Amino acid sequence: MTTITKLYGVKGWLTLALFSAGVMILVPVLNLAVSSSNPLHISDYSVSLMGKIMCYAVVALAIDLIWGYAGILSLGHGLFFALGGYAMGMYLMRMIGTEGQYHSHLPDFMVFLDWKELPWYWTGSDHFWFAALLVVLVPGLLAFVFGYFAFRSRIKGVYFSIITQALTFAFMLLFFRNETGFGGNNGFTDFKRIIGFALADPATKTGLFMATGLFLIMALLLCRYIVTSKFGRVLAAIRDHESRLMFCGYNPLGYKLFVWTLSAVLCGIAGALYVPQVGIINPGEMSPGNSIEIAIWAAVGGRGTLIGPLMGAAIVNGAKSWFTVAFPEYWLYFLGLLFVGVTLYMPAGVVGVAQQVKARFK
Amino acid sequence: MNTTTEDLQQGRDFSTASGGRILAPGEVDVSHGPILYLEGISVSFDGFKALNNLDLTIESGELRCIIGPNGAGKTTMMDVITGKTRPDSGTAFLGQTMDLTMLSEPEIAHLGVGRKFQKPSVFENHTVFENLELAMKTDKRVWRSLFARLSGEERSRIEETLALIKLSDKANMSAGLLAHGQKQWLEIGMLLMQEPKLLLLDEPVAGMTDFETERTAELLNELAGRHSIVVVEHDMDFVGSIARTVTVLHEGSVLAEGSMDQVQNDERVIEVYLGR
Repeated sequence: MTTITKLYGVKGWLTLALFSAGVMILVPVLNLAVSSSNPLHISDYSVSLMGKIMCYAVVALAIDLIWGYAGILSLGHGLFFALGGYAMGMYLMRMIGTEGQYHSHLPDFMVFLDWKELPWYWTGSDHFWFAALLVVLVPGLLAFVFGYFAFRSRIKGVYFSIITQALTFAFMLLFFRNETGFGGNNGFTDFKRIIGFALADPATKTGLFMATGLFLIMALLLCRYIVTSKFGRVLAAIRDHESRLMFCGYNPLGYKLFVWTLSAVLCGIAGALYVPQVGIINPGEMSPGNSIEIAIWAAVGGRGTLIGPLMGAAIVNGAKSWFTVAFPEYWLYFLGLLFVGVTLYMPAGVVGVAQQVKARFK
Repeated sequence: MNTTTEDLQQGRDFSTASGGRILAPGEVDVSHGPILYLEGISVSFDGFKALNNLDLTIESGELRCIIGPNGAGKTTMMDVITGKTRPDSGTAFLGQTMDLTMLSEPEIAHLGVGRKFQKPSVFENHTVFENLELAMKTDKRVWRSLFARLSGEERSRIEETLALIKLSDKANMSAGLLAHGQKQWLEIGMLLMQEPKLLLLDEPVAGMTDFETERTAELLNELAGRHSIVVVEHDMDFVGSIARTVTVLHEGSVLAEGSMDQVQNDERVIEVYLGR
């Protein structure tokens, strides 16, 4: 593996420009301006599905940043994604106003629990800017504090992975409880509007889709900048030979903590974009299985390449949405087979295979 | 203190250690000549005396070879200098002012004691150039690394070192693809990038071909005078080709010290080490 020092070559920028044009112009036009009888029309369902997959792609980027480049495997990234989603969900719940089933100013589940007023930690949740702040701060702070103690104690490898898995599991149990004040096992749903726009309106959906696309591109460029900077080379050195790097006078703690926290924040924002498009957030997003699936996306695409995990997320989730319709009972078997197959025959993932094919025809 | 730059330039006599000049924090004071003093160092492991009242002085800019049979205490001595092992008794000073027995391993490394272990360890997935870049003495905190750009001066320093370790044509090659000897040179290069005051090399030519050994001797001869270097080595031909002064260790203390000829003709050395 040779490390690259420039952001992108001509080809890379062209691909990126093409992708941006597709997301920002082509899809919105085909969805909104082309009538549904036309074969070129893209349905609202497809737009939502693609938006959802792009949220997952950001999560895959985030996990690649820490797993592929810093060698830290997190099996709890679903937690940061869900926390970002919950922070946005709180705002969306408040925006329902009195249109809920009980016509109360309180969210329905609180009426159901016979609560008379909002708990203190819901203060400010009716402001979008405050929700946006929480989306960044909650996953970021949790990751920072957790990471500080874990990295300071030099917890590494499989031990770190297990602790992150336990962390997301603990949070799932916490969020399942009605007393926690986040809707228990039903979570949040029945959202009506976001910053004044009705969520049922196709234009709002397309807007969210475009926002997600823009965020994905920005996240890709940010990650790319980081891994091509000297910081990225230090990260790779931490992954390959941490003690040697310490002899060179580096303290890995700050490097790990920075990239770990950034990764969590990216997941949080992805979660916040995911919730209004999917229309629901519940503790199921924090289940250990979800977080493991995230790692599978990165492995399938090819870790340590950024673009690979992004494609991995698209491939696995594309297959998932088709499979769960065509053969619903076999999806998990297929996912398991996919992981085993990739580990055995494609250790460098889809990107690795593409490179091999390219090298053969050269 | 009333000492002025003028006084210094005129070379007046100063009674204080640093010649009257105020030392920057962390600066190694070599104004009296020696960069390393070991005096009466003893270390024992479970009753076995690895070092027994060892005295050793290395002058600034000197290239010193340490030889001795297995178990003579060569590696333990390196461990004491780098802070890995604490001596039971004795004093160890870097320059006039730094008490090595009081400092931790990273602190000693930070002061400018660079150590190369026997087994080469370089970053195999990084290029040769990047290995040197990572090792270079610079601000190594997170934010600086995020926005770091190599200045022209830094780039030329890396290129100088590449030329010195004879890897200029391999600058963009992954370090993992280098031959064993080249990895050793790269590691010496990485140590040099850290601008060490004192360089400790533990068997630098172990496992090298004759040709590589020769090139390594050339390299060390080039470094002598510019850096203070201590080499621990078994290979007598190699020691002969670089050594100005040789110290022979035996059972944890200095048996003989002098030029290669003197040492080779010393009766006690012949008895314990060169063998008859």
